[in-house]
Amino acid sequence: MEQYLLILLSTVLVNNVVLVKFLGLCPFMGVSNRFAGAIGMGLATTFVLTLSAALSWLLETYFLRPLGLDFLRLVTFILVIAAIVQFTEIAIRRISPILYQVLGVYLPLITTNCAVLGVALLNLNQGHNFTQSLLYGFGSAIGFTLVMVMFAGIRERLELNDVPLAFKGAPIGFITAGMLSMAFMGFSGLVK
Amino acid sequence: MLIAVGALAALGLLLGVILSMAARFLSVETDPLADELEQMLPNLQCGQCGFVGCRPAAEALSAGETDVTLCPPGGVALAAKLAEKLHVEIDLSQMDHEPLVAFVHEENCIGCTKCILVCPTDCIIGAPKKLHTVIVSACVGGAACLEVCPTDCIEMVPVTVKEESVQSWNWPKPRSPQSTSSELATRSVDR
Repeated sequence: MEQYLLILLSTVLVNNVVLVKFLGLCPFMGVSNRFAGAIGMGLATTFVLTLSAALSWLLETYFLRPLGLDFLRLVTFILVIAAIVQFTEIAIRRISPILYQVLGVYLPLITTNCAVLGVALLNLNQGHNFTQSLLYGFGSAIGFTLVMVMFAGIRERLELNDVPLAFKGAPIGFITAGMLSMAFMGFSGLVK
Repeated sequence: MLIAVGALAALGLLLGVILSMAARFLSVETDPLADELEQMLPNLQCGQCGFVGCRPAAEALSAGETDVTLCPPGGVALAAKLAEKLHVEIDLSQMDHEPLVAFVHEENCIGCTKCILVCPTDCIIGAPKKLHTVIVSACVGGAACLEVCPTDCIEMVPVTVKEESVQSWNWPKPRSPQSTSSELATRSVDR
């Protein structure tokens, strides 16, 4: 039990997928303009990431390894991730058309969110079992959502402020992201 | 090799079946009338009707929340078609005002290209720091350019000159060779 909590804590804060591992930066910069969009993107990615972490572990253990197809790992994972993203898109379109419009092109782009593939591969690297993989995926996704929401909140406030012309828009966003990343470095050493 | 190909193909097939099932059972029922109306509208997304684009306008039309005379680019012809489609009576005499097109007052144009960027039909031509002008046959009167012009040099004017467009283009009949040669002959005589 303690081990599982540690995995969650480590993935959400210490080894945060965006700010410490620098994965999934495209939606991090792209969809963080509006608070509502950031939450929606975070939830969609949470769903995809958790599901793909679990499914990729199952595929690796019961499909690729017994057949000796380790070299097809990347292709298989991408295939599964793309299918899950497509499924999520269909589901979101049905459940919330407004969220569908807000997320726009970034929804299909979860496919190429390297956090999703990265977590699936890190699971194998670290030799996790099924529950650990699931938690690792879920924790990473929660970390992603947390950072997205924080960053969107900061950016909404930044827009109301008098930013020097040269830094308006994306540049001040990058600077903020760098400072957030440094702040998250403070968590290192929390979990061994 | 065969195992690899077969395994990946099987996986792809399985995922494809799952996705097609999802697409069928989770499909969004769109209003078929709104779909048809959207096809009839010009789909310029100019926003003159007050809706964000042609799709919301079509939805409002199918719900009966707005008038069939809402679309300035479509003009009287579209209003009549929409009225026929929706079985409503309209008074076309309300719509007799002339269609307006943008006109650039050249003495004030500074060539900032802002109007070019916002035009939904790309009907303004020009380049940075060069004079802009409007291709009248392509202008639908969206008036988006009016708001962005920093020098207020664009005005909406009624279409006075019937511009040549693909619809109104009339190729003059070529003259017969005899008449041409006789004309040439008379000309040379005159000289």
